[in-house]
Amino acid sequence: MSDHRPTLIINAHLVDPETGREEKGALAVENGLIRAFGHTVDASSSPEGALVIDARGRHLAPGLVDLRAFVGEPGAEHRESLASASRAAAAGGVTTVVCMPDTNPPIDDPAVVDYIIRRARDTAGVRMIPSAALTKGLHGKEMTEIGLLGAAGAVFFTDGARSVANTQVMRRALTYARDFNALIMHHVEEPSLAQDGVMNESELSSRLGLPGVPREAETIMLERDLALVRLTGGRYHAAMISCAQSLSIIERAKAEGLPVTCGVSINHLSLNENDIGSYRTFLKLSPPLRGEDDRKAMIAGVAKGSIDVIVSDHNPQDVETKRQPFIECADGAIGLETMLAVALRLVHNGDLTMPQLFRALATKPADILGLPQGRLRKGAPADLILFDPDEPFVLDPETLHSRCKNTPFDGARLQGRVHMTMVGGRIVQES
Amino acid sequence: MSGLGSQSRLFPHRHLLGIEGLSPDDILQLLDMAEEAVEVSRQVEKKKTTLRGRTQINLFFEASTRTQASFELAGKRLGADVMNMSVASSSIKKGETLIDTAITLNAMRPDLIVVRHHAAGAVGLLARKVDCSVINAGDGAHEHPTQALLDALTIRRAKGRIRGLVVAICGDILHSRVARSNLILLNALGAEVRVIGPSTLLPQGIENMGATVFTRMSEGLKDADIVMMLRLQRERMNGSFVPSVKEYFHYFGLDREKLAVAKPDALVMHPGPMNRGVEIASDIADGAQSLIRDQVEMGVAVRMAVLEALSRHLPNAEGQA
Repeated sequence: MSDHRPTLIINAHLVDPETGREEKGALAVENGLIRAFGHTVDASSSPEGALVIDARGRHLAPGLVDLRAFVGEPGAEHRESLASASRAAAAGGVTTVVCMPDTNPPIDDPAVVDYIIRRARDTAGVRMIPSAALTKGLHGKEMTEIGLLGAAGAVFFTDGARSVANTQVMRRALTYARDFNALIMHHVEEPSLAQDGVMNESELSSRLGLPGVPREAETIMLERDLALVRLTGGRYHAAMISCAQSLSIIERAKAEGLPVTCGVSINHLSLNENDIGSYRTFLKLSPPLRGEDDRKAMIAGVAKGSIDVIVSDHNPQDVETKRQPFIECADGAIGLETMLAVALRLVHNGDLTMPQLFRALATKPADILGLPQGRLRKGAPADLILFDPDEPFVLDPETLHSRCKNTPFDGARLQGRVHMTMVGGRIVQES
Repeated sequence: MSGLGSQSRLFPHRHLLGIEGLSPDDILQLLDMAEEAVEVSRQVEKKKTTLRGRTQINLFFEASTRTQASFELAGKRLGADVMNMSVASSSIKKGETLIDTAITLNAMRPDLIVVRHHAAGAVGLLARKVDCSVINAGDGAHEHPTQALLDALTIRRAKGRIRGLVVAICGDILHSRVARSNLILLNALGAEVRVIGPSTLLPQGIENMGATVFTRMSEGLKDADIVMMLRLQRERMNGSFVPSVKEYFHYFGLDREKLAVAKPDALVMHPGPMNRGVEIASDIADGAQSLIRDQVEMGVAVRMAVLEALSRHLPNAEGQA
């Protein structure tokens, strides 16, 4: 990347999640890094020939860092390629995307990690970085080459949408990963208890005649994992929690000082099981959407910081896998492009402040990965977005950049549009 | 006079996807029409012309003998051309999606499609993709509306009323679409509904759906007017939901002793097919208190009523609805 033209963004409303400050000012970019920012920065502090962008009062914040996106490359490019996911991410203000290893072949070999990194470099505008499988073939039986995969560039280890049911395998993986200071991210669902379930187990599931997944499928797995973290000292991240009980479990573990973090999907912050209505398959997710009390608890968890990160859980599914009866269709919803606008509802409702939101969307996920982006800081990569948090629109799925249109927000009234996305000082999307 | 129902009231729904969404008036209208269909079916000349020229497709993704035969007879007695399609011979096995099947069938211009599918909500999904009327003949564990209607008709004819009766539904409530549809219908018509079964076969929140819950037959059957037994699927008998057939029959199988707790004139029902010796003893199934054979007869009548009620929405020869 040689087109690092110095850039000065003036008249911006700066959002700095790291310090919690918001102020009017400017931000200077040089060599792909943030050189200076604040109310004292002006045109005079910029070198000759710099590109000057007038933000006209719009918000300037760090680009989003998404720890959980399913991309179809390699193996299911008809659903999503690194390039199409990158376009969706750029349009949605996401500048770093961690790809899940649930590909075909799965990312369980250093050569595949290398392939993703090269393909992303050649075809993607935003930073698309691979995670790697925790067990070979995602089968939950034998651990992968955690050392070599990490050295190749995998940022953490996870079996993606699957849970590792075997406790011994999980124990060994946590123990072994500790030697490399590697992070394990786990989908917390006890498979035998979730088994045939397709939605939250509740009165509603009984009425719809759909088999349910009890909250205990999540809490039991989470408690097991935390017991193993206590035993092994391995670094652990619960990919997504969905219910109030899980939040208390996480809070207790953190109070105890365990090396534990957790996430929540944007869907669980904005939807509940009632949105399924009459079998809307785009709302079939794993973990399933829970009750309204759980949704409120998740929001409170983000506000308190007990829940560290918000993820898109972007999961493109096409007509063949989604236009099916609810029981038979695939899990998942796309989310990269809508995550910010949907999350801004929480700010508009007064549930979160703007810096609190960006802490969960950018700073904390970058911290968990040990990456310098996700914040406004001198010397940090200029991964930035310019957006208008109030601009209203009605979501038309056909306008989305993903190859699949399985959004639960079809026709939703949203507020918040991204006008410019910059990655490492380069503008990758502008409108 | 060709129609059922002396006054041809318009049934206010295009499809019959469930009992949920029907008003008590809608239900009573169907039951009244079915009463007349019973008379038609008892004549030597059973054929009517109400659906002459109409095409009815019975699309069964799940094996069924009695429901499919019942719908076929009902359609034929009303003069419709009836075609049966079952999953074994359909392209679904070749990987076609349900929606593509719906679109394909729709292009053949049927007037009525009767659907049974193993997934809850599947019939509603199909109904959104076709122009004709759709009747749910059972979708997963969701609803089986014509079964609930025929049960109600059977009860009303035997007892003269439904309001105020104590109806106990016993057995595998969890997996039963029959139980769900009956629960809604019987509540709508003012019956007192109880459900009885082992806790492993009771769905969560059932107590908020208009039923009093019992886990012992001796308590749940006390003073019941109607005892409705449900079928227990074989694969659920051996340790997964209940430990064994022997233990299940001991605690939940309807025999003379358990039935004695109910009212002396209590009547016994079963949607069929029965597992004799699992959920019901043979002497009860065949005994004087059993309504099981009446249910089958009422099945044809109720389905005739439903087909006719929905056909009133179909465009007529002049192309008018």
